[in-house]
Amino acid sequence: MTDVLAIADHRRGELRDVSYELVSAGRDLADATGGDLHLVVISGTVDAFAEKLNREGVDVVHTVDHGEEFNHDVYAQAIVQLYDAVSPQFLLAPNSVNGLDYAPAVANRLDLPLVTDTVDLEVDGDTLVATREMYGGKVETTVELTGERAAVTIRSAEWPAAGGTGEATIEAFDATIDEDAIGSTVTGFEEVAGGDVDIGDADVLVSVGRGIEEEENLELIHELADALGATVSSSRPIVDAGWLPKNRQVGQSGKVVTPDVYIAIGISGAVQHVAGMKGSDTIVAINTDPNAPIMDIADYAIHDDLFDVVPALIEEFR
Amino acid sequence: MMKVLVTVKEVATVEDEFEIEGTAIDERYLGADLNEWDDYAIEEAVQIAEAIGEDDVEVVTVTIGPEDCEQTIRQALAKGADRSIRVWDDALEDAELLDVGAKTAILAAVVEDEEPDLVLSGVQSGDDSFMATGVSLADAVGFQWAAVVNSLDLDTEAGVASVRRELEGGVEELTDVTLPAVLTIQTGINEPRYASLRGIRMAQRKELAVRGLDDLGLDSSVVAGDLRLTGMSVPESESDATVFTGGPEETASELAAILREKGVGQ
Ligand SMILES: Cc1cc2nc3c(=O)[nH]c(=O)nc-3n(C[C@H](O)[C@H](O)[C@H](O)COP(=O)(O)OP(=O)(O)OC[C@H]3O[C@@H](n4cnc5c(N)ncnc54)[C@H](O)[C@@H]3O)c2cc1C
Repeated sequence: MTDVLAIADHRRGELRDVSYELVSAGRDLADATGGDLHLVVISGTVDAFAEKLNREGVDVVHTVDHGEEFNHDVYAQAIVQLYDAVSPQFLLAPNSVNGLDYAPAVANRLDLPLVTDTVDLEVDGDTLVATREMYGGKVETTVELTGERAAVTIRSAEWPAAGGTGEATIEAFDATIDEDAIGSTVTGFEEVAGGDVDIGDADVLVSVGRGIEEEENLELIHELADALGATVSSSRPIVDAGWLPKNRQVGQSGKVVTPDVYIAIGISGAVQHVAGMKGSDTIVAINTDPNAPIMDIADYAIHDDLFDVVPALIEEFR
Repeated sequence: MMKVLVTVKEVATVEDEFEIEGTAIDERYLGADLNEWDDYAIEEAVQIAEAIGEDDVEVVTVTIGPEDCEQTIRQALAKGADRSIRVWDDALEDAELLDVGAKTAILAAVVEDEEPDLVLSGVQSGDDSFMATGVSLADAVGFQWAAVVNSLDLDTEAGVASVRRELEGGVEELTDVTLPAVLTIQTGINEPRYASLRGIRMAQRKELAVRGLDDLGLDSSVVAGDLRLTGMSVPESESDATVFTGGPEETASELAAILREKGVGQ
């Protein structure tokens, strides 16, 4: 029981990047425990996925050939059975929307302690030490898991993607799926965020967050965008409030953008937001809070009230 | 009669400038608020009651928390929940961190008492962000579930919730979930209302029952959990940003120069 079992993430025929990051995180843990790294890929074109997942450091890839798309009941059943067969010390899952749809249930069923959204993992003797954020990234905490085994989800883009080609054996795992226990059915997928503007095409984005406070104040942001010849985008709360349409939302559940210049105004820089804009060439942050996480990735910053700075900036470009 | 149970948490909020005492933020810099995600869950439950008929749906909230958070619970009652349960105990008072397993055990006991048809919880709480309690709870009580729901259509006759799960990258998954179920509710699913004055007045008269672990048939050992918080720190700033200082005219002018250099606004 020194092994690590990691669960690959895929959607609509594609492995997601976090799958390769799980290989890196899993390999580090397995090195620390002196065990093997097992991967499992469930549903879809599992054999093709297994070939791709056979990267450096992987010892075994298990395939569970059942259905096409993600279903949490199938995942939970298959993982519990494979867990019994492999008997790993650590179960690793992605902290993705689908990972969060099965990992807590699996941990409960296996009576494993669960720690989610980790950004760093270390093994200290018998103890797993996990680093994770609290209060929207304002603080980092270390959490120790007592007990011999644990289930862990990892935040995406925190570990490097494993490369190379491994020497893994690929084994079909014959899970017994009880169809009667499946209580949810996926009936389709839909792409949202279509519409008039594609913020992904813009060279310059003026992006607004909750710091703007009121819908009326958005006028200021539109004025700035007009003066700069830029497009307006936003963080999630602005879209949730219905002040801008969904196609303007930058982030994990919105659009991923890579403009030449991204100006974040009154945006704290939560991880789900940063996931959508960190690839921008130049990032400017205007925020009263000098410790806001957005400052970590900003190239230029003004630590001041947007209601003072934005009008002055508009003046500059008139 | 249909029953909807909503998990409601009072979260700690932190001021911009703060200090850490040991493994916690110094209380002087902490505030308290209704968890943003739970606000949407409450609204969804109240809208279900309004759509089906308020006499045919009971909305009950459950909170694990000390007496201080009754103000937050009253907000949920003022917005239209019918009654509330608050779970608290000396054993909980002493706990530094309630992990997913501990919360699951407590909430599962409440679900078993109340036997709701539907449980709505927030996707996450804004302070510790485990994002796991709802799904863990579902498995513990043998309910179906769906995580990160941003649209919900109930067919009570068929006993099915048709939901949209918000995946990454602007993709939504359409899923039918058999009731009873736990759904974790994402922000933006609705527009949470402000409590009306009448609602606030009525909330004062609604039932808010306090239960200890004993009342729920639980042993105080459930609180211990398997996770220990051993450190808290401000992440070392990775910032290498050029910070413009001075009054707004100065900073705006310096930023404007950089933007022009990059061809913006030309
Ligand atoms: C599953 C999931 C998916 C998500 N997907 C996304 C996503 O795609 N995109 C996204 O953006 N979020 C997403 N979120 C939400 C995310 O976690 C944050 O809640 C959100 O990004 C916060 O938006 P914000 O920065 O505008 O608001 P806040 O975090 O409230 O920040 C407001 C900022 O404004 C500053 N401010 C306030 N007043 C002023 C002023 N007068 N002048 C200057 N600055 C001021 C404050 O200092 C603060 O830093 C998701 C969350 C979950 C759980």
